[in-house]
Amino acid sequence: MSKICIVFDRLRSEEKMLEKQAIELGHDTIMLDAKITQFNTDSQKNDYDFGDIVLERCISYFRGLHFTACLEFLDVPVINKFEVASNCGNKLIMSLCLKKNNIPTPKTYFSFSADAAKENLEKVGFPLVLKPVIGSWGRGVMPLKDKDTVEAMFELRELTDGPHDRIFYLQELVKRPPRDIRVITVGDQAIAAMYRKSSGGFKTNIALGAEPELCDITKEIEDVCAKASQAVGGGILGVDLMEDEKNGLVVHEVNNTVEFKGLSKVAKKNIPKEMVEFALNSARR
Amino acid sequence: MNCPECDASLNIPNDAAVGEIVSCPDCGADFEISKKEGAKVELKQAETVGEDWGE
Repeated sequence: MSKICIVFDRLRSEEKMLEKQAIELGHDTIMLDAKITQFNTDSQKNDYDFGDIVLERCISYFRGLHFTACLEFLDVPVINKFEVASNCGNKLIMSLCLKKNNIPTPKTYFSFSADAAKENLEKVGFPLVLKPVIGSWGRGVMPLKDKDTVEAMFELRELTDGPHDRIFYLQELVKRPPRDIRVITVGDQAIAAMYRKSSGGFKTNIALGAEPELCDITKEIEDVCAKASQAVGGGILGVDLMEDEKNGLVVHEVNNTVEFKGLSKVAKKNIPKEMVEFALNSARR
Repeated sequence: MNCPECDASLNIPNDAAVGEIVSCPDCGADFEISKKEGAKVELKQAETVGEDWGE
């Protein structure tokens, strides 16, 4: 019998499904709230009970990332690794990882001031999609189709002036059907996929009401997802694909703490079971 | 138990666990279950959605 520790900061269906699955497989579980866990520079692994492996499932990216750093400091095996979380949590870093590894990804422009981003827009032309480098669920993602929108968006960024607001990530607007594909990979293998259909607007995030529909995992999807997973460092991931009319499948995102509540209802494979088994097998290696 | 915000009656399922969020049906406030021992439940104000929340 093994013991798996699930670290959370908000207990969602996903974390409860993972716990239930681990118990059904005959393993012990520890549900650990990151918000009330303490570390210090003298902390030792045996001061805690993290079981055989930790699944880091915080909803807050930075909380999860820093918690993972503390776990790795104590030599506690954790999924996903710090490097993976760090690669996936920042869209600019992720795009670089994908391109460096020859994975088809939309052309993306990086500027480090509003003026430089405007200059680039004048050169490249409209439309481009502005995305915050940190953030999920489609927040702050906006197609820039004219100068007025650019002025308004960039002015807003000046007002909020967070550290990441000075980094401008502008991506080509991919011509595609009004949907994208979310694939869950476990240990570089695609285990489930769904189409996320836009509910009328430009975005296809389930969190914004996009309709999920089961998608068959073709050999092409399997291959591109395996490469995307390897590019960011592997583990348990959500790979997002678009069907580009010109270039075929392109990877636009790889997500670190993948949500699977909706997909698990229709997927052929038992998603939480695959995740728990992968985690425990990783711990045994 | 009653909502700490508006005093409406809160329905907390028996299988609810520490860390889960309950919402008040009247005022819409969100609370996190911070302690649960049998029927005794303690709540705290839930965190609001952060800029870095999500996948």
